[in-house]
Amino acid sequence: MLNPFTIARRLRRIGLLGLNARNADYVLLYNQRRFYPRVDDKLQTKNLAIAAGLPVPALYAVVREEHEIAALHDKLAPYESFVVKPAHGSGGDGILVIHGRRGNRYRRAGGSLMSRGEFEHHLSNGLSGLYSLGGQPDHLLVEYCVKFDPVFEKVSYGGVPDVRIISFLGYPVMAMIRLPTRMSDGKANLHQGAIGVGIDIPTGLTRRGVWGTEPVEEHPDTENSIVGLAIPHWQELLLIAARSYELSGLGYVGVDIVLDRELGPLILELNARPGLSIQIANGQGLEPRLRAVQQLQRSGNLSADPIERVAFACSHFATT
Amino acid sequence: MRKTQLYLVAALMIVIGLAAFYYKWHVLSFPLTPVEQTEVWDIQARVEYQPRSGPNQVTLQLPMNSPGFSILDERFMARGYGMTIERDRAGSGREVQWRIRRARGDQALYYRATVYRDGAVEAPGDRPGQSQPPELEEAETAAANALLEQVREQSVDSASFASRLLREFSEPSPSPEVALLLRERASANDRAQFAVELLAIRNIAARWVHALELGVDGAGELRPYLQIYDTDARIWRMLDAQGRIGWPDNLLVWSRGDRPVLDVDGARGGRFDIRVQSSLVDSLEAAVKRLEFRDENLVAYSLLSLPLQTQDVYKILLMVPIGAFIMLLLRNLIGVKTFGTFMPVLIALSFKWTSLLAGVILFVLVVGMGLLVRFYMERLKLLLVPRLTSILIVVVLIMAFVSVLSNRLGLEVGLSIALFPMIIMTMTIERVSVAWDERGPGYAMKMAAGSLLIACLAYLVMSWPPLEHLVFVFPEVLLVLLGLTLLLGRYSGYRLTELFRFRALARSQTDG
Repeated sequence: MLNPFTIARRLRRIGLLGLNARNADYVLLYNQRRFYPRVDDKLQTKNLAIAAGLPVPALYAVVREEHEIAALHDKLAPYESFVVKPAHGSGGDGILVIHGRRGNRYRRAGGSLMSRGEFEHHLSNGLSGLYSLGGQPDHLLVEYCVKFDPVFEKVSYGGVPDVRIISFLGYPVMAMIRLPTRMSDGKANLHQGAIGVGIDIPTGLTRRGVWGTEPVEEHPDTENSIVGLAIPHWQELLLIAARSYELSGLGYVGVDIVLDRELGPLILELNARPGLSIQIANGQGLEPRLRAVQQLQRSGNLSADPIERVAFACSHFATT
Repeated sequence: MRKTQLYLVAALMIVIGLAAFYYKWHVLSFPLTPVEQTEVWDIQARVEYQPRSGPNQVTLQLPMNSPGFSILDERFMARGYGMTIERDRAGSGREVQWRIRRARGDQALYYRATVYRDGAVEAPGDRPGQSQPPELEEAETAAANALLEQVREQSVDSASFASRLLREFSEPSPSPEVALLLRERASANDRAQFAVELLAIRNIAARWVHALELGVDGAGELRPYLQIYDTDARIWRMLDAQGRIGWPDNLLVWSRGDRPVLDVDGARGGRFDIRVQSSLVDSLEAAVKRLEFRDENLVAYSLLSLPLQTQDVYKILLMVPIGAFIMLLLRNLIGVKTFGTFMPVLIALSFKWTSLLAGVILFVLVVGMGLLVRFYMERLKLLLVPRLTSILIVVVLIMAFVSVLSNRLGLEVGLSIALFPMIIMTMTIERVSVAWDERGPGYAMKMAAGSLLIACLAYLVMSWPPLEHLVFVFPEVLLVLLGLTLLLGRYSGYRLTELFRFRALARSQTDG
């Protein structure tokens, strides 16, 4: 066991970004509070993305009032599967994934059945703000349920893997893919037990994984290797991450993207305070990469062209 | 630029806070710790007499304006008696008159006072009027003149004259003149009165007082002390029976000598005794009194001027910043996660009324029972606000139930549960239950236990008496706290838990 001072010294040497540093030096300085609603409200994000021509899952319905819930059953009848999300939800809380129906009941992603009453209760909880950040009344989005790319079939369990890319001043600086496990209950959140796998930015190949705090090579449920997978549409993904800067106005932002079998990459949400576990998944600290971009900023060489920014990232931010 | 400004503001806060603290501590001598204590004396005067048939009146002289001492508190105990307290017009004396229409058997009346030394000196006063010279027989006149002449030869001023005279009085083998003069004046009080009269012959302003020496605990005695007026300093100087000049340290002036201390039904009589018991009290009380004597405003614009009840509230409120600061340290330096930002501080606050162990037990009891109800309500599919309201109602009912039950069982501590913040408990129940559903029971329990643990820690710090005292008496230390908080506001180093979280990254590295 290492003593805390040794750990701190080593972490500082690799430039690991801590929570205090992330908040004080990046989030507070580069993310203006007036732009927060753009990412905190998923409906706004979606509309902005559509306006900017970025791909998002199709919106089926928006629920703003309690009485709209009852009408939802008929409204959603044409869709076999769909996802209900609170617009201000955080960390995947309150997301309900419906994969099908059985009579009057809904079949959830895990396979369990849900009566109409339970379904309505879940939605009304969401409306009253149970899952939103500050507990304020919220609205709900019902949208297209992603059919995930078969590339990931062998390395996920019961849910949709997504790609998280940290974009700093429009430069994609670090990326990982999050694979759901049995432990995470199909959710792609690392603190709930999903696996994070670091992605090499130039090549789009997965490099190493982390589960909890431990490095892993195989998916714990499917036992398939999670290293060396090629992420499809990688350049497109990087471009989406780069363009989310202009979209959100936020300098330091986490972009969550899913890969659909037919539609390709779709933006799920943006995050103004992206987590730090991406560094464990990549085995590297964020600071050196962020510094490299700050260096560009100081010398006045920041690019306004997302394609140039992706090219810079590809030539500088390799994860080995 | 922004950082320099921050450091400047923080430094300013710390300097102002420390300077004010130093001034109050060093110059105004506010006590630094609550254990600093001041000696006080409880004095009990007991009057005993055989009543005559018909109305009885007892008059007792009371201490007032004794230089060097102040009365903190006084009580009168006389069952069945009517009581009036009178001050004489000159403001130099005070007496209590007890009256009863019909009394039977031995009567006992009590006067109790608590006095403490305030270090105040007697204010200068005008030259008093002259006493009457004594009426003497011929032989006595000759003796008095001889004595005064003899004393005059051995003295330089009025003080030494009086001192010499008293020494002549107290000689074990008195001179023939003294023996003659004092033959009819055997008691100490009569001698003191006589000395005053003799001094009047020589135009020396003098008086005598009954005074009590606060030396040892136990029975005390009022003794006569002579005072002569110093025309230069315009103050009274004290002489004891042996003629020693100066105020003894622990001498409490009880009343003027020209009136009997105790007067029963217009004639001297009855028995009178005094007991003295010294003890220690909080010196803050004494400091405030002292300060009030020196400069009213310093106390008038401080927390110490507030009514006691409000003071008690502020004693607790002023500890909240301390608790919040602990939360800041735990969250931003250690990296502990809790339910709600300041929820543990508010819980810790409520522990103040219950004591720690009882507080934790009661809190777990209420939240646990509330959780059971909450889990049942989950099945009723209530909306958020109605659900919170119903949990709140249940929490209040549980609190009432616990109070009633503990009252029946004779557990007094259960009653203090009424002071628990029920809104906080309601929110805690809701948050624990949501975390339970969302993140699993293990996570919820871990968070709840962590919050409770921090609440305990915050309580232990917040209820540490020296700190409590320090913040209440020196509220300006909160400015220092504000300065430190501002400094920590830009702390961007690692949190302790992050070292643990990212340790795998560090392990793969080598020192090079």
